[in-house]
Amino acid sequence: MSDVVKFHFDVDGHDFSSAGEASVAVKQKLRALGYPPDIIRKVSIAMYEGEINMVIHASGGTADVEVHEDKIVIILRDTGPGIPNVELAMQEGYSTARENIRVLGFGAGMGLPNMKKYTDSMQIDTTVGQGTTITMTVNL
Amino acid sequence: MKIGEIQSLLGAKLLCGEDRLESDVWSACCSDMMSDVLAYVKDQGVLITGLVNPQVIRTANMMDMVCIIFVRSKTPSEDMIELAKESGIVVMTSTLRAYEACGLLYHAGLGREVGDGNV
Repeated sequence: MSDVVKFHFDVDGHDFSSAGEASVAVKQKLRALGYPPDIIRKVSIAMYEGEINMVIHASGGTADVEVHEDKIVIILRDTGPGIPNVELAMQEGYSTARENIRVLGFGAGMGLPNMKKYTDSMQIDTTVGQGTTITMTVNL
Repeated sequence: MKIGEIQSLLGAKLLCGEDRLESDVWSACCSDMMSDVLAYVKDQGVLITGLVNPQVIRTANMMDMVCIIFVRSKTPSEDMIELAKESGIVVMTSTLRAYEACGLLYHAGLGREVGDGNV
Protein backbone atom coordinates (compact mmCIF):
# COMPACT_ATOMS: atom_id res chain seq x y z
CA MET A 1 0.00 0.00 0.00
CA SER A 2 1.35 3.39 -0.96
CA ASP A 3 1.95 6.18 1.54
CA VAL A 4 -0.85 8.45 2.64
CA VAL A 5 -0.06 12.17 2.36
CA LYS A 6 -1.47 14.08 5.32
CA PHE A 7 -2.03 17.76 5.98
CA HIS A 8 -3.10 19.27 9.29
CA PHE A 9 -4.43 22.76 9.96
CA ASP A 10 -5.64 24.64 13.01
CA VAL A 11 -8.61 26.77 12.10
CA ASP A 12 -8.71 30.05 14.00
CA GLY A 13 -12.27 30.70 15.07
CA HIS A 14 -11.79 34.25 16.18
CA ASP A 15 -10.86 35.88 12.92
CA PHE A 16 -13.43 35.59 10.16
CA SER A 17 -11.15 37.36 7.69
CA SER A 18 -8.68 34.45 7.84
CA ALA A 19 -11.35 31.75 7.44
CA GLY A 20 -10.63 29.64 4.40
CA GLU A 21 -6.84 29.86 4.57
CA ALA A 22 -6.54 26.10 5.11
CA SER A 23 -8.72 25.37 2.08
CA VAL A 24 -6.67 27.69 -0.10
CA ALA A 25 -3.50 25.92 1.11
CA VAL A 26 -4.98 22.48 0.36
CA LYS A 27 -5.99 23.62 -3.10
CA GLN A 28 -2.42 24.73 -3.80
CA LYS A 29 -0.97 21.49 -2.43
CA LEU A 30 -3.30 19.28 -4.48
CA ARG A 31 -2.51 21.33 -7.56
CA ALA A 32 1.20 20.86 -6.91
CA LEU A 33 0.62 17.12 -6.54
CA GLY A 34 -0.97 17.14 -10.00
CA TYR A 35 -4.57 16.16 -9.23
CA PRO A 36 -7.26 16.95 -11.85
CA PRO A 37 -9.01 20.34 -11.52
CA ASP A 38 -12.46 18.83 -10.93
CA ILE A 39 -11.19 16.77 -7.99
CA ILE A 40 -9.34 19.76 -6.54
CA ARG A 41 -12.45 21.89 -6.88
CA LYS A 42 -14.67 19.36 -5.07
CA VAL A 43 -12.22 18.96 -2.19
CA SER A 44 -11.52 22.66 -1.79
CA ILE A 45 -15.17 23.80 -1.95
CA ALA A 46 -16.33 21.14 0.55
CA MET A 47 -13.47 21.97 2.88
CA TYR A 48 -13.98 25.72 2.53
CA GLU A 49 -17.67 25.43 3.44
CA GLY A 50 -16.72 23.32 6.44
CA GLU A 51 -14.03 25.75 7.51
CA ILE A 52 -16.45 28.67 7.31
CA ASN A 53 -18.99 26.69 9.37
CA MET A 54 -16.38 25.99 12.03
CA VAL A 55 -15.57 29.69 12.31
CA ILE A 56 -19.22 30.79 12.32
CA HIS A 57 -20.60 28.21 14.72
CA ALA A 58 -17.82 26.58 16.71
CA SER A 59 -15.01 29.08 17.36
CA GLY A 60 -12.70 27.14 15.07
CA GLY A 61 -11.26 23.66 15.24
CA THR A 62 -8.92 21.47 13.22
CA ALA A 63 -8.88 20.30 9.63
CA ASP A 64 -7.08 17.17 8.47
CA VAL A 65 -6.74 16.10 4.87
CA GLU A 66 -5.54 12.62 3.94
CA VAL A 67 -4.60 11.89 0.36
CA HIS A 68 -4.90 8.17 -0.30
CA GLU A 69 -4.26 6.29 -3.52
CA ASP A 70 -7.98 6.04 -4.30
CA LYS A 71 -9.58 8.84 -2.29
CA ILE A 72 -9.10 12.13 -0.46
CA VAL A 73 -10.51 12.29 3.06
CA ILE A 74 -11.27 15.59 4.83
CA ILE A 75 -11.84 15.48 8.59
CA LEU A 76 -13.11 18.63 10.31
CA ARG A 77 -13.22 18.56 14.11
CA ASP A 78 -14.55 21.18 16.48
CA THR A 79 -15.52 21.42 20.11
CA GLY A 80 -18.40 23.77 19.48
CA PRO A 81 -22.05 23.54 20.47
CA GLY A 82 -22.86 20.53 18.28
CA ILE A 83 -25.80 20.21 15.87
CA PRO A 84 -29.08 19.47 17.69
CA ASN A 85 -30.97 18.33 14.59
CA VAL A 86 -28.76 17.09 11.74
CA GLU A 87 -31.69 16.35 9.44
CA LEU A 88 -32.89 19.93 9.75
CA ALA A 89 -29.36 21.32 9.35
CA MET A 90 -29.01 19.38 6.09
CA GLN A 91 -32.02 21.14 4.55
CA GLU A 92 -31.11 23.76 1.97
CA GLY A 93 -31.84 27.21 3.32
CA TYR A 94 -31.97 26.25 6.99
CA SER A 95 -29.52 28.37 8.94
CA THR A 96 -28.88 29.39 12.51
CA ALA A 97 -26.27 31.98 11.50
CA ARG A 98 -26.83 35.42 12.92
CA GLU A 99 -27.26 38.63 10.95
CA ASN A 100 -23.62 39.65 11.52
CA ILE A 101 -22.56 36.59 9.53
CA ARG A 102 -25.12 37.12 6.78
CA VAL A 103 -23.82 40.61 6.09
CA LEU A 104 -20.44 38.98 5.45
CA GLY A 105 -22.01 36.90 2.66
CA PHE A 106 -22.54 33.62 4.48
CA GLY A 107 -25.20 31.85 6.51
CA ALA A 108 -27.63 31.11 3.70
CA GLY A 109 -28.13 27.57 4.91
CA MET A 110 -26.26 26.07 1.98
CA GLY A 111 -23.04 24.96 3.71
CA LEU A 112 -23.82 21.40 4.81
CA PRO A 113 -25.93 20.54 1.73
CA ASN A 114 -23.14 21.89 -0.46
CA MET A 115 -20.52 19.82 1.36
CA LYS A 116 -22.61 16.72 0.71
CA LYS A 117 -23.12 17.71 -2.92
CA TYR A 118 -19.42 18.08 -3.67
CA THR A 119 -18.26 14.89 -1.93
CA ASP A 120 -18.89 11.19 -2.49
CA SER A 121 -19.65 10.55 1.17
CA MET A 122 -20.15 12.67 4.26
CA GLN A 123 -20.55 11.57 7.85
CA ILE A 124 -21.54 13.88 10.68
CA ASP A 125 -20.76 12.84 14.24
CA THR A 126 -22.11 15.42 16.62
CA THR A 127 -22.94 15.71 20.29
CA VAL A 128 -24.71 18.76 21.65
CA GLY A 129 -22.44 20.61 24.02
CA GLN A 130 -19.34 18.67 22.98
CA GLY A 131 -18.69 19.27 19.32
CA THR A 132 -18.87 17.99 15.78
CA THR A 133 -16.66 15.89 13.55
CA ILE A 134 -17.42 15.83 9.85
CA THR A 135 -15.70 13.29 7.64
CA MET A 136 -15.94 13.77 3.89
CA THR A 137 -14.52 11.60 1.14
CA VAL A 138 -13.87 12.41 -2.50
CA ASN A 139 -13.09 9.34 -4.57
CA LEU A 140 -10.25 9.53 -7.06
CA MET B 1 -15.25 38.05 -24.17
CA LYS B 2 -11.82 39.28 -23.12
CA ILE B 3 -11.42 40.54 -19.57
CA GLY B 4 -10.02 43.76 -21.04
CA GLU B 5 -13.32 44.30 -22.88
CA ILE B 6 -15.18 43.96 -19.60
CA GLN B 7 -13.01 46.66 -18.10
CA SER B 8 -13.73 48.97 -21.04
CA LEU B 9 -17.47 48.28 -21.08
CA LEU B 10 -17.81 49.05 -17.38
CA GLY B 11 -15.30 51.88 -17.33
CA ALA B 12 -13.75 49.99 -14.44
CA LYS B 13 -10.50 50.69 -12.66
CA LEU B 14 -8.10 47.77 -12.73
CA LEU B 15 -6.60 46.91 -9.35
CA CYS B 16 -4.58 43.83 -10.26
CA GLY B 17 -4.14 41.25 -13.00
CA GLU B 18 -3.12 43.46 -15.94
CA ASP B 19 -1.30 40.47 -17.43
CA ARG B 20 -4.60 38.60 -17.81
CA LEU B 21 -6.65 41.19 -19.69
CA GLU B 22 -6.38 39.12 -22.88
CA SER B 23 -7.86 36.04 -21.17
CA ASP B 24 -11.30 34.91 -22.37
CA VAL B 25 -14.34 34.47 -20.14
CA TRP B 26 -17.72 33.12 -21.17
CA SER B 27 -20.10 33.82 -18.34
CA ALA B 28 -20.60 35.68 -15.09
CA CYS B 29 -22.59 35.63 -11.89
CA CYS B 30 -23.67 38.44 -9.60
CA SER B 31 -24.23 37.99 -5.89
CA ASP B 32 -23.46 39.46 -2.50
CA MET B 33 -24.03 36.07 -0.88
CA MET B 34 -20.90 33.95 -1.13
CA SER B 35 -22.96 31.00 0.15
CA ASP B 36 -25.00 31.18 -3.04
CA VAL B 37 -21.93 31.55 -5.23
CA LEU B 38 -20.52 28.37 -3.69
CA ALA B 39 -23.83 26.56 -4.11
CA TYR B 40 -25.01 27.62 -7.54
CA VAL B 41 -22.08 28.76 -9.66
CA LYS B 42 -20.90 26.24 -12.23
CA ASP B 43 -18.45 27.59 -14.73
CA GLN B 44 -18.90 31.32 -14.52
CA GLY B 45 -15.53 32.97 -14.77
CA VAL B 46 -16.54 36.42 -13.53
CA LEU B 47 -17.96 37.43 -10.15
CA ILE B 48 -19.79 40.74 -9.84
CA THR B 49 -20.39 41.78 -6.24
CA GLY B 50 -20.84 44.66 -3.85
CA LEU B 51 -19.54 42.67 -0.90
CA VAL B 52 -16.02 43.52 0.23
CA ASN B 53 -14.16 41.09 2.47
CA PRO B 54 -11.37 38.51 1.98
CA GLN B 55 -13.93 35.70 1.64
CA VAL B 56 -14.96 37.15 -1.72
CA ILE B 57 -11.46 36.46 -3.05
CA ARG B 58 -11.30 33.00 -1.45
CA THR B 59 -14.75 32.08 -2.75
CA ALA B 60 -13.75 33.11 -6.27
CA ASN B 61 -10.55 31.10 -5.87
CA MET B 62 -12.47 27.99 -4.75
CA MET B 63 -14.80 28.31 -7.73
CA ASP B 64 -11.89 28.77 -10.18
CA MET B 65 -13.19 32.21 -11.15
CA VAL B 66 -10.72 34.47 -12.90
CA CYS B 67 -12.13 37.97 -12.49
CA ILE B 68 -13.91 39.90 -9.71
CA ILE B 69 -15.71 43.17 -10.35
CA PHE B 70 -16.59 45.23 -7.29
CA VAL B 71 -19.54 47.49 -8.07
CA ARG B 72 -20.88 50.67 -6.45
CA SER B 73 -17.27 51.96 -6.15
CA LYS B 74 -16.47 49.35 -3.50
CA THR B 75 -12.73 49.07 -3.13
CA PRO B 76 -10.94 46.06 -1.65
CA SER B 77 -8.12 46.42 0.87
CA GLU B 78 -4.46 45.95 -0.03
CA ASP B 79 -4.56 42.55 1.72
CA MET B 80 -7.43 41.46 -0.48
CA ILE B 81 -5.64 42.60 -3.62
CA GLU B 82 -2.55 40.69 -2.50
CA LEU B 83 -4.69 37.59 -1.96
CA ALA B 84 -6.13 37.98 -5.46
CA LYS B 85 -2.65 38.33 -6.97
CA GLU B 86 -1.56 35.11 -5.25
CA SER B 87 -4.59 33.38 -6.77
CA GLY B 88 -4.12 34.86 -10.24
CA ILE B 89 -7.47 36.66 -10.12
CA VAL B 90 -8.09 39.94 -11.96
CA VAL B 91 -9.73 42.55 -9.72
CA MET B 92 -11.44 45.75 -10.83
CA THR B 93 -13.81 48.28 -9.33
CA SER B 94 -16.63 50.08 -11.09
CA THR B 95 -18.80 53.02 -10.12
CA LEU B 96 -21.79 51.26 -11.70
CA ARG B 97 -24.50 49.51 -9.72
CA ALA B 98 -24.66 45.73 -9.97
CA TYR B 99 -27.80 45.85 -12.12
CA GLU B 100 -26.20 48.22 -14.61
CA ALA B 101 -22.95 46.26 -14.76
CA CYS B 102 -24.81 42.99 -15.36
CA GLY B 103 -27.02 44.60 -17.97
CA LEU B 104 -24.10 46.02 -19.92
CA LEU B 105 -22.17 42.74 -19.89
CA TYR B 106 -25.20 40.66 -20.78
CA HIS B 107 -26.15 43.00 -23.60
CA ALA B 108 -22.61 42.77 -24.93
CA GLY B 109 -22.95 38.99 -25.08
CA LEU B 110 -21.32 37.72 -21.91
CA GLY B 111 -23.22 34.62 -20.81
CA ARG B 112 -25.13 34.45 -24.07
CA GLU B 113 -22.40 33.11 -26.27
CA VAL B 114 -22.96 29.93 -28.26
CA GLY B 115 -22.32 26.73 -26.41
CA ASP B 116 -22.80 28.10 -22.94
CA GLY B 117 -26.03 27.50 -21.12
CA ASN B 118 -25.07 29.28 -17.94
CA VAL B 119 -26.60 32.69 -17.67
